[in-house]
Amino acid sequence: MSDGTTTVGRSATRRPARSGWVAWAYLAPALLIYGAFLLFPLGRAAQYSLFEWDGLGESTFVGLDNYVEILYDERLREAFWHALVLVFFYAVLPLAIGLVLAALLTRSQVRGLGFFRSVIFLPQVIAMVVVAVTWRQIYAPDGPLNGFLRLIGLDSLTRPWLGDYTFTLPAVGLIGTWVCTGLVTVLLMAGMSRVPRELYEAARLDGSGPVREFFAITLPTVRGEITVALTLTIVAALKTFDLVYVTTSGGPGTSTTVPSYEIYRRAFQLGDVGVATAVGIVLTIIVFAINGVVNMIGDRK
Amino acid sequence: MKVSPIERGANYLVLVGFALVVLGPIGVIVTMAFGPKDASAAREGGAFHPENFPEAWEIGRFGQYMLTSVVVATIVVVVSVLASILAGYALGTMRFRGATLVFYIFLLGIMVPTEAFIVPLYFDLRVLGLTNTVWGVALPQIAMSIAFGTYWMRTYFRTSSLALIEAARLDGASSMRILWQVLVPIGRPAILTLVLLVFMWTWNEFLIPLVMSPNGAVRTAPLGLAFFQGQYTQGTALLAAGAVMVALPVVLLYVFLQRHFIKGMIEGAVRE
Repeated sequence: MSDGTTTVGRSATRRPARSGWVAWAYLAPALLIYGAFLLFPLGRAAQYSLFEWDGLGESTFVGLDNYVEILYDERLREAFWHALVLVFFYAVLPLAIGLVLAALLTRSQVRGLGFFRSVIFLPQVIAMVVVAVTWRQIYAPDGPLNGFLRLIGLDSLTRPWLGDYTFTLPAVGLIGTWVCTGLVTVLLMAGMSRVPRELYEAARLDGSGPVREFFAITLPTVRGEITVALTLTIVAALKTFDLVYVTTSGGPGTSTTVPSYEIYRRAFQLGDVGVATAVGIVLTIIVFAINGVVNMIGDRK
Repeated sequence: MKVSPIERGANYLVLVGFALVVLGPIGVIVTMAFGPKDASAAREGGAFHPENFPEAWEIGRFGQYMLTSVVVATIVVVVSVLASILAGYALGTMRFRGATLVFYIFLLGIMVPTEAFIVPLYFDLRVLGLTNTVWGVALPQIAMSIAFGTYWMRTYFRTSSLALIEAARLDGASSMRILWQVLVPIGRPAILTLVLLVFMWTWNEFLIPLVMSPNGAVRTAPLGLAFFQGQYTQGTALLAAGAVMVALPVVLLYVFLQRHFIKGMIEGAVRE
């Protein structure tokens, strides 16, 4: 290592070479904390998931039994199904709304776009617990939503929104839609503003309307942003915990329970640590798989 | 580009409609927070009740919980941002064996859901006597923030001026000096954005303080609110006042620095 900067290799000209130990010294604090409090416990989770343990006494090795139980436990199967329903409300619905909204906003010169962007993004920075407490009040039997329905003469539609077996899960899901739409819209707006104005003008001269314009020009350009938006919102849907914990605690019955709530309940309330960690591992695998699939589709030209 | 007046009018309509949908629920909770506490207070008249806030602060012990939140957030922000700057500097400007592998290991941490490692971490920290302490609540969040922060700072250091680094090196500056006296000062916007994001995530975090402090010794503001809701069901005004107080620090920061927030959330849109 007499002259580091002439090292062979393409990136050598971009990044000057350094002796290894200096780099590791800079990395050490981050790697130590990250390793000890995230990587190591993740490995431990894989280990725990092979045992039956109540959190206090002796543990017994059970192999893959905990994973088999996930397949057969109706409550857990239901929880994963609910997570899928939430994906629709957290990811699919906001994407549909966001696409229309962002397309409308970027192709016209309206005043106050900056203000609007800040407003629709606001739910993203409010603590989920606060969001949950707020919507609990809105959905309450004598709350503003039912009050509004009575006001416009739709008394037959009023119901205890968070106490109804059919409507509670969609009601919780719509809170997710309320939170996620702003993020998705702002992401798409950023992508759409990259489209050169001339392209739209050319399309206009060719006589194409707003709809054709959207499918021919706008949609293909924001493919990357759609990928990011979907990845973020799907993962958020799969990890929902505080929203369910505060609004419904999984009820009524088991109608709104989700995997992360089941992990908490089993590990810390029922003393079923093995199954809880197994659910955590499965959830991780699903998150990684979805990330992989969405990015694969997004990257395809 | 010419847009017809009708189209522009329709756009304004959509804009205002969506702004109302977003602001409506926020308006509901703020109105409730200033509303009468119960039926008797409503009879006494007066539509504006700011006294709900000190009362909720007292009954809900929000003073104590907010203080805990400030302590936890300060520790998490300081430690994780410092460690991320150092690690991002190494990954962004230095060449060494294993750099790519280390980068992917950090990337993994951005995607792993908290639920996956929190259960074994709780039992291991309980053995070490760290549960129900500030460090038990802070350390897992530091680890998560380091994964994202390293990724964020690496991106910044990779795009920062190489000519500047070379020039400083020719002047005989050590790598430490280059980092703190050249790169960190010019990287202030990137670092500020990271500070904002980590502060927000830490302040709003729910699962980690819930699990790591089962006896409530280190109860942060969002947890205080959740438990307040469970215990205090009669009047919604105090609960609403508590909710507004818990959300306020981050919302105020957001209002003042929304450009940084939105830019940060979009560019770093990998965690969440």
